[in-house]
Amino acid sequence: MSEHLLEVRDLAVSFDTYAGEVQAVRGISFYLDKGETLSIVGESGCGKSVSIQTIMKLLPSPPSRIKSGSILYRGEELVTKTDKEMESYRGKEFSMVFQDSMTSLNPTMRVGRQLCEGIIKHQKVSREKAKEIAIDMLRQVGLPNPEKTYMRYPHSLSGGMQQRVMIAIAIACNPQILFADEPTTALDVTMQAQILDLMNGLKKRLGTAIILITHDLGVVAQMADRISVMYAGKIVESGTADEIFYNPRHPYTWGLLGSMPSVEQSSRAAKSELLSIPGTPPDLFAPPKGCAFAARCNYCMGACLKEDAPEFKADDGHMVRCWLMDERAPKVTPPVGKYAAVTGSAPAQIPAKEEG
Amino acid sequence: MGKYIFRRLVISIITIWLIATCSFFLLHMLPGNPFATDQILSQDMIDQLMDYYGLNEPLWKQYLTFMGNLLHGDFGTSYKYAGQSVNGIIAQKFPISAQLGLQAYLLSLPLGILFGIIAARKRGKAIDYGLVAFAVLGVSVPVFIVAALLQYVFAIKLQWFPVAQWKSFSYTILPTLTLAIGSIAGRTRTMRTLMLEVISEDYVKTAKAKGLSSAQIVWSHQIRNAIIPMIPNLGLEIVSILMGSFVVEQIFAIPGIGAYFVNSVTGLDYTMTLGLTVFFGVFVVGANFIIDLIYGLVDPRIRVVK
Repeated sequence: MSEHLLEVRDLAVSFDTYAGEVQAVRGISFYLDKGETLSIVGESGCGKSVSIQTIMKLLPSPPSRIKSGSILYRGEELVTKTDKEMESYRGKEFSMVFQDSMTSLNPTMRVGRQLCEGIIKHQKVSREKAKEIAIDMLRQVGLPNPEKTYMRYPHSLSGGMQQRVMIAIAIACNPQILFADEPTTALDVTMQAQILDLMNGLKKRLGTAIILITHDLGVVAQMADRISVMYAGKIVESGTADEIFYNPRHPYTWGLLGSMPSVEQSSRAAKSELLSIPGTPPDLFAPPKGCAFAARCNYCMGACLKEDAPEFKADDGHMVRCWLMDERAPKVTPPVGKYAAVTGSAPAQIPAKEEG
Repeated sequence: MGKYIFRRLVISIITIWLIATCSFFLLHMLPGNPFATDQILSQDMIDQLMDYYGLNEPLWKQYLTFMGNLLHGDFGTSYKYAGQSVNGIIAQKFPISAQLGLQAYLLSLPLGILFGIIAARKRGKAIDYGLVAFAVLGVSVPVFIVAALLQYVFAIKLQWFPVAQWKSFSYTILPTLTLAIGSIAGRTRTMRTLMLEVISEDYVKTAKAKGLSSAQIVWSHQIRNAIIPMIPNLGLEIVSILMGSFVVEQIFAIPGIGAYFVNSVTGLDYTMTLGLTVFFGVFVVGANFIIDLIYGLVDPRIRVVK
């Protein structure tokens, strides 16, 4: 029934700790089609990484536990698959690029061998053939002198080169979906742009779908077809990149967009200061009864504290989880200033990087 | 690399010289002389003996003689075992201690690492608790109690092995076990901790994301990286296991070198004590030197840049 490449429905993931249950992901649904880029945005600790690592079943269990929901990959249920069964998916169907390439590569193993491992496993080729493929991969991700890089150890590569190696490892077996968990956060801005270009190029060439996790809206603007905004373990707004950037409807999205610095901003001699969303995200040991964002929201109403908002449809495919969308709620105009600066420029021209 | 080895070699030689010099002067600062405790000897005879061995010479002269002999690899003659050279005693007795120590080492090295890996892999399960309990006991129960227990159970009750002495291979089993248990226990604990650290490393997650099987991940990503921090200890441990055998040798009546060391110190047998100290010193320094070289081979990050 599902014609999506990947469809996640009502996925809830908890961690059982001595102190109690941490509800890291509290019922999220999204889908991904072939060749598109979905970006999941949100601040640290909102469950972005947990969600995608759950799809690949990378989290150790216990303590992590899928409480409910389903993950359909080409119509096949992954939730019930064993760790052993998942091995043939990991690296081959899905692969992942992690945030910190320095610690994500084994420091005592040559780059080439780390690349070959997956190739030998999934493509069932000889060592010599794997080496050929590996060197070709290193060339494809734009590493100079791939034969030499093949023999090097990770510590002798720069951060950008390491991340390229990570990408080479990730795409070595032509995965259908590439999960990128903040792939550029640890890099400086110029390196960032190069890595994003590389990922975009590979996506076009190989037709790989990408799920990009980040808290950097500048990155999102360059990459995403669709965006899901996550807050405290739930998706609060999702839609196409245009909808989220030009017609955001959730106050949290307004806050996120507002706290993004822009080049125009600084050239206007800091006319308006860089905004931040007051307060901190709720404790996921005991999530609040109503809307999780209510305590930090400028537009909080009575209903928000009593019950979490259902999903409202702002447009076809544009979902908002906010009571402001209810017809009984007062009409609110989104804040101007920072946010207007964003809408004033084309998303693709936003090179700035969010602090932190 | 050649330069590095040369530098380490020079440092090693200086270290050994310091060991020899310090022990020489410390030993001669002790009150008394090698013959004072001998009741049969008259004062005249003691004076004659002191003259004969050159012990009435000024200390600096004795030191120069000692050093001169040392450079030729000659540790001198023992004062207590008349007519026997220290070199001869070492050549005769050390192989026995070395066999015991080596057997214990070769037993404890793989077992300790294996137990540590199993405990870490089965963390929180019964087998983990069992191994941790063994490790705590093995580290805290003194060697002489372990020895007595093993003797009681395996030699007296079951009569599988002889109680003591050193004649054939079956005689070596109980002392080897006694000596090995403590170091198996210690290594199990260390390896378990190191493995647990490695298990939560990012690159292990990367390996998993590549679709490798858990056996592959454990083998090629976890074990190697967990062992690296252990390597510096391996050298020291081989030495300490040799030292530890002194007690075990006493309990099992093994004619190793341990007794000579202890007796020579209490009897102020200068040449013997110094000879053995320098001998073991060379051993420790040499072991560390080799371990450092191996360390560089195993961990590319600390390989010396040319």
